[in-house]
Amino acid sequence: MNSQINETVPTVTPRYKVPFNLRRFIRTNSAQLGILGVFLCLWLIFIVSAPRTFLSPQIYLAFMTSTPFFAIMAIPLTVVVIAKEIDLSFPSIMAMGMVAFSFIYNETAFIGSTVASTTVRVGLGILAALLTGTIIGWLNGTIIVKVGIPSLVVTIGTQFFWRGAVLVLTSGTNFPLEYIKQTFFYPLLVGQLWGFLPMQMVWLVIITIAIWVLLNRHKFGAHVYLTGDNINSAELMGVNTGLVRIQSFMLVGLISAFAGLVNSFYIAYFWPNMGSGYLLNTLAAVFLGGTSVFGGTGTILGTFLGTFIIGSIDAATVAVGLTGFLTQLIYGFIIVLSVIMHTYLRKRGE
Amino acid sequence: MEDYRIELRNVSKSFGEVQALQNINFRVGRNEIVGLVGDNGAGKSTLIKIITGYYQPTSGEIYFNGQKVEHLTVPKARELGVETVYQERALAELQTLWRNIFLGRELCNSLGFLDIRRMKDETHRLMVQSMGFTSQAVSPDSRVGKFSGGEKQGVAIVRALFFQADIIVLDEPTMGLSLKEVAKLVTFVKSIKEAGKSAIFIDHNIFHVYDVADRVVVLDRGRIAGEFMTKDIGLTELMDKMVHVAETGHLE
Repeated sequence: MNSQINETVPTVTPRYKVPFNLRRFIRTNSAQLGILGVFLCLWLIFIVSAPRTFLSPQIYLAFMTSTPFFAIMAIPLTVVVIAKEIDLSFPSIMAMGMVAFSFIYNETAFIGSTVASTTVRVGLGILAALLTGTIIGWLNGTIIVKVGIPSLVVTIGTQFFWRGAVLVLTSGTNFPLEYIKQTFFYPLLVGQLWGFLPMQMVWLVIITIAIWVLLNRHKFGAHVYLTGDNINSAELMGVNTGLVRIQSFMLVGLISAFAGLVNSFYIAYFWPNMGSGYLLNTLAAVFLGGTSVFGGTGTILGTFLGTFIIGSIDAATVAVGLTGFLTQLIYGFIIVLSVIMHTYLRKRGE
Repeated sequence: MEDYRIELRNVSKSFGEVQALQNINFRVGRNEIVGLVGDNGAGKSTLIKIITGYYQPTSGEIYFNGQKVEHLTVPKARELGVETVYQERALAELQTLWRNIFLGRELCNSLGFLDIRRMKDETHRLMVQSMGFTSQAVSPDSRVGKFSGGEKQGVAIVRALFFQADIIVLDEPTMGLSLKEVAKLVTFVKSIKEAGKSAIFIDHNIFHVYDVADRVVVLDRGRIAGEFMTKDIGLTELMDKMVHVAETGHLE
């Protein structure tokens, strides 16, 4: 009862205010400024080498259409990596969420097939998908925390398991989802705002801001950083590190299921291998953005920039006039250089 | 029955096959400084971690102010007024100073959103008033990892101090400190006594313990080998007894 802070605090605590100091600002934000530098350099190179493409708005609309498909998941994945864990199962969660979606849609056929009842059925399907994703995330986290197996190992396993479950439950078939187009969920998830801005981009921004707030302005985020930095200290000081990690995995599950909805709504089609191409791109974006695999450091803004670097290289390589075979080489080059840069900045910075 | 701040009755703790503590009866009175000494592996840290709620005892009972407490956890122990300066300091070195000061009990509103402004203000006040950090290089936004050993210890101690406690546990607080820093620490422990609070002071160095403690408890191989009031025993006599205990496992 005496641990209440109010007793020790004098009535007025002097404000702590430091004048803005550019060098300190650079030092404390070195990782974000570093990746911003890489981002701007690449952009400049693109503009100089292919001015016609990169000075017209079309290419940016194309980036905003395609990048959010995986960028949405890189954001919560950053949280998991800051907590010194990793999740490789999110591509399978995307597909599994969609299986839950179509299962609920099909099982609620008794509601009818008017526009209103289709909307209700699709809405229920969306809830089922999000719930499924969250539950799978909880399961991942629980196995990792309660049994004490490294997350790398667990999620390699669950990645196969849930992909396998998708294949078994759908007998490996694709199926169309044309019916979603009658509902308002279609324009809400993948339509265009003001006639040009892709809604998936809007969702990416919303998710980025929401998770930034959670990570930087909420107790949960504080505990994520502390858990990833030094789990023993965090535990000694009473942080429930197990719960924090389980919640991080649930967040990845929830958002991955959402990404699954966005991906399949966009083409109004479900295919059982959905998401399997996103695994390495998404992880690369997180590390490119300066989040350390050793935990305790990382930023949402860095990841956000990282996803657009990853998302633009493909199109840029071709636009610049290089052969598409070079894409992977350039990916590799930029990722390795950026990671070296981040390590250097981390040692110097602080 | 006397009303102790904290009392352990017949507490045992085993980790698998290893019996770390065996039938420990340990008390801390009101406004009493208890020194806890013993060789490496005697069970000092385990005993401390039971008091702070980090470990649950295998058997035995824990009383706070005469009230039995079941399933003591770290937050519960804190609520009961136990603050700890851990041997390993329990800092998150990649994080900023203010995050470390408020580690595990961030100031936040009912929805869990942090009051960063206030945490930084309080950290700054503590830095100036209690930690004696005057260097321009150190601010509430500095990362703790680049602090010196003494500064890190200062953070751990000030943190315990800020959240006013009834019992302050200091686990090997002098480790890695310079002579000057040790002297400062001893003054700090004495100030706990003057403020009417209790403390448990664990140290390898019997000189430090003898200097500040009212009562010394000698732990050996998971059992309490003996207890002495420092006013009744001379330092040399105490040292002789400790050597004897370490060699033979019993006092006489």
